[in-house]
Order: sequence, then structure tokens, then C-alpha cells
Amino acid sequence: MYAYDEIDRTLINERVSEFRDQVKRRLSGELSEDEFKMIRLMNGVYLQLHAYMFRVAIPYGTLSSAQLRKLAHVARKYDRGYGHFTTRQNIQFNWIKLADLPDALADLAEVGIHAMQTSGNCTRNITADQWAGVAPGEVEDPRIWAELLRQYSTLHPEFSFLPRKFKFAITASAHDRAAIKVHDIGLRLHRNDKGETGFEVLVGGGLGRTPFIGKTIREFVPGRDLLSYVEAILRVYNQYGRRDNIYKARIKILVHELGIEKFAEEVETEWLQIRDSTLALDAAVVEDIRSRFSYPAYEKLAPMPDELKQAAADPQFEAWRTNSVAPHKVQGYAIVTLSLKPIGGAPGDATAAQMDAVADLADKYSFGEIRVGHEQNLAFPHVAKRDLPALWRALDKIGVATPNVNLVTDIIACPGLDYCSLANARSIPIAQELTRRFANHDTANLIGRLHVNISGCINACGHHHVGNIGILGVEKNGEEVYQITIGGRADENAELGKLIGPAVPYAEVADVVEDIVEAYLALRERPDELFIDAVKRLGVEPFRERVYATR
Amino acid sequence: MTSPLQQKIKITGPSVVTANRTWDGVVIWRTNAKDWSTDLADAAIVRTADAARALLGESVADDLGAVGAYIAPVEVDESGAIKPGNLREQIRVDGVTIELPAHA
Repeated sequence: MYAYDEIDRTLINERVSEFRDQVKRRLSGELSEDEFKMIRLMNGVYLQLHAYMFRVAIPYGTLSSAQLRKLAHVARKYDRGYGHFTTRQNIQFNWIKLADLPDALADLAEVGIHAMQTSGNCTRNITADQWAGVAPGEVEDPRIWAELLRQYSTLHPEFSFLPRKFKFAITASAHDRAAIKVHDIGLRLHRNDKGETGFEVLVGGGLGRTPFIGKTIREFVPGRDLLSYVEAILRVYNQYGRRDNIYKARIKILVHELGIEKFAEEVETEWLQIRDSTLALDAAVVEDIRSRFSYPAYEKLAPMPDELKQAAADPQFEAWRTNSVAPHKVQGYAIVTLSLKPIGGAPGDATAAQMDAVADLADKYSFGEIRVGHEQNLAFPHVAKRDLPALWRALDKIGVATPNVNLVTDIIACPGLDYCSLANARSIPIAQELTRRFANHDTANLIGRLHVNISGCINACGHHHVGNIGILGVEKNGEEVYQITIGGRADENAELGKLIGPAVPYAEVADVVEDIVEAYLALRERPDELFIDAVKRLGVEPFRERVYATR
Repeated sequence: MTSPLQQKIKITGPSVVTANRTWDGVVIWRTNAKDWSTDLADAAIVRTADAARALLGESVADDLGAVGAYIAPVEVDESGAIKPGNLREQIRVDGVTIELPAHA
């Protein structure tokens, strides 16, 4: 966990006071909606179909139990008793009243949480690998750098009105869980040939209307130069990014139109001028940030405790353990993913009661720490293996132990037309139906790793472009229809999915996914050939034939 | 951003003006009494672009009472009952098509 200092606390509290006054003036008529809209957006407040929506940042996906309890409190006191974890390590409340927002923000400020820069054309919440700091083989904890970027970019005057929003993601592992290749800037912490740590910097990735996989602009940027280098990128973008057309305003369009070589030249020119400025990171500054992260006092534990051996006889426990428990960098510990994808549920939703219970369990089993992943699940980063059986029973009681992590029912979905004013079609009911179709764990397990991502519009909050099976809802002649892509992935081998054919009606989407899965099961070379690998080998055609032969 | 009143208004059938109430975001419809109602049944119906523009104009002018006003299609049956004209508006009237988590 990172401990905020007095500067952070003052900043957050001042922001609450400022927003309280702004809301008061809006509600008295002193501020018009035209004047207020940008202000509310900069505080994470959107207007959705039924109500205001309040988006709260969870920087680099790390929460303390106290913070999660406070989120539960906000859900209970100001909303309808639940929250929605998003693909960008935020949580959204869908029913909040404008008049209540200052109080909700003040309550959150008590535990160092805020909603700054969760909207607007600024640097958004810095996201990271949800296993940061505990994943085996990680170069170092990337959250130290994410926190530096958070401090650097918070209310940065030069970059508060960029041509469009700007998203960073960071990982320090070979396997990318942070989807860095589909962010405006992706950072991969690694070691060079000399054994020095630094960043591979990717730029121009993104989803939405015009998806692109990010391109490497520099293979290695030393930590000392991280801020100056990203500032050079932001400056080039701020200068040349289009402001005349919202659909062409993201940095991915600029990189695409200029070409990565020309874009890189511009960045290098800018960087030369600022590299040795005050942006150069003194080792002491980095160490100060590092020192504010606290890590558990791990015990020396056996790699295979008796409790785990005994529990292995229970097939239900084993099903959960196989899918939800991952190796930890410390012997005797594990990383546990809590599935927010119950059969028939809305992906990423958690009730206030579940959040409170998860916070209690985090205190008991995970040193009070919780992580939020872009796949819309939670994780406990520090669980002693001996505690896994007891933890499983407790998680199962509160409905977050569905043994489906990384399986076909572990679906990413945006709120879609049920909530969102931008959506053209519903996402959640499609996800719910798919979870019911594949509810049988043995079937889902037989299918193996398969990521289904659903978006209710072209803005792609449900990351459909990078779903192994991607589902995009569109509106055609007043009806919801869905385009299906296959072969997308968001990891270190990120690819955009390919369209398999004409869009299908709402009622047929689950049938189509079943057809695709059945085709895969029939065509895979062996049981351990993953869906994504089979699509890579076979291409789209066999799946297209299967889906459209009878349609 | 272009004001709703500056946008070209084209309606193909009976329409209403809808918005969200400023202080709490609740869905509301403009009434003939130049007020707002939380019940679609109370909505003022317009059938021409000029009438729609006028209704939208007075709605947008009530900046304190409502936010995000726009023209939405409806269907009006022989008895005069008003129904939403598309799925989006149906969802705004009826609420989400799923069970809310806290009630599940």
C-alpha cells in the first residue's frame, strides 16, 4: 500500500471544498450547465440515462480494506447499494444525486480516494498490472512508477486540456495483465543487456472507433528519464493532436497519420530540450516514493501446507484453486482472484455487502490489501497458502468464488444501454445469457482459457476489439444487432479481433458464441490448444462457415 | 459543443422533450404546463419540427430545473396513451432490463 502524505490529503480536501461550492452554485442557478459540465466531468460526474454516474479512481488498482469499506459506504448511503468495477481500475456508481456528491467525495477523501481526472481530456487514472509487487519474475513493483506518474500528472496545468483523454498503463512482468498495448502510452519495465532497469515505451495504442495496437517508440528509457520522456510525448501530442474532430483527436490517430518514425523524431527533439531539466528523476525522489509503499511482513511458510493437501480432495475447492489461485513471489503465499462474474450476474458489479465482506476478508487473509484488475475482478495479493481453504469457503459464501477466472464466463462487459447514454445496445444481458449457457463448470473447463469481451457501442469500454471473442452492439433500424470478432487479445501478443461476418440480432448472440465454441472444440488439435491459438492457426473462415451456414 | 437548439431538428412522428432533473438526475419529461413530470403520461406531445423546436427551446431555457434536454420519439395510441418510441427511451422509462445487484 502507498501512504499518502500531507500534500495529497490537502489536495484532495481542497478539491472537495471547491466542488462543494461549485455544486452549490449550480443548484442555485449561479452556474449554468454549460459552465458546470466541464467542472463535474473533471470530478468524475457524468450524466447517464437514468441519473448521474460517479466514477472514482483506484490508482494502479490498489485498495486498502478501509478504502473498500468506504466505497461500500458510498454505495449504500448515496447510491443503490452496489458499484461497478470498470476496465480502467475505476469504480462507478450509477444512481447518485448531484446534491449528494460533495458529501460522497468528502467521505471518500477521509481514506484518500478521489475522482479527479476520471473524465475529461486529461491524463486519466494510471493503471497497472493488478499483480504488481507480488508476481513472480517481475522486474520490480511498477506501482512506484505509476505513483510517480500519478503525482506528476495530477492537475498538471499543461496537460489538463489535451486534444482528448490520455491513458497510461504499466507492467513490469513479461506477461502483460495491464493491456499496455491498447493504451495511449504503455510502459513495460524491463532490464536491458547491461542489467539496468528501464522502460519500453509504447505509444498510440487504443480501442474505440479506430483501434490500434501501440507501437514501440523507444526500447529503453531509464527510470531517471521517464517523466521527461512522457512529457515530450504529451507535448508533441498537445501541439499536433487534432482538436477539430473528436473522432480523430486521440494520440493513436496522430501516431498513425505521422507514422511512428516521424512521431518519434518529434519526441526526440522535444526530449533533448527537457531531458536534463527538473523532470530528471533524482534517485532520492524515486526512493522516497518507494519508501512510502509498505509491504507485508511475510512469514517463512511451507510451499505446500497440510491444509492445502487436505483440501485438494474436495473437487469444488480444486476447481476454484485451479482457476483463481496464482503463484506468488514469496514461498508459501498465493495471489487469489475474486470473481465478480457470477453466473447470471452483471460483470464487475459488487454489492455494498460484498465489498464490506471482502474488506473484512482482506484484513484477515491479505494484509488488508485488495487489487482491482482491468478484467473487472478483484484480487487478494498476499494470501498464505495454508489459508486458501478457509478463504475459499468465505468467498464462496459471499458469491465471489465462482471458479471461472479466465474461462468463457469471465466476461468483460461495459454497462451498455441499460445505463450508458452513449450506448447503442445492451451488454449486460448478453453477458448474463452467455454465463447461463456456459454455467456448467466442466464444460467451461473443457473449453479452457477464452476471453469474451462485450461493448454496447463503438467506444469499446468493454474492450471488444481485444476479446478472444469480441461482441460489439450496434443499432440498425431501431434494433440491437451485434458484430462478432474473433482472435483478439490484450496481452503481450496483443491483436485486434477479426470480424466473422454480418451482425446478428440480440436473441442470436449466445447461439453464435456457442457455435464458435463448438467449432473450436471440433477443430482444436489437442485439448490444450487454446481458443486463441486455434484461431491463429485456422483463421476466421472455419468459424464463419460454422456460424453462417444455417443463418 | 453545438447547442441542441442549433442542431437540425427532424421528427418523423409524435415526439416529446425529455431530460434529467438537475439536482438528482431523475428522468423527466416536459409538460404542456411548462413544467417537468417524472411520468411520461404527462408529457407534451409535438408533431412538427417547429413545435418540437419551440418545446425544446423552453425546456433548455429551464437550465436550473433540467439538464441534457432532447427530443425523443414516442408512440401515441388511440386512447392517447404515450409509449416510448425506441429501446433507449423504453429503458429510461422502465429502468434497466436487468435485476439490480443489490436486489438479486
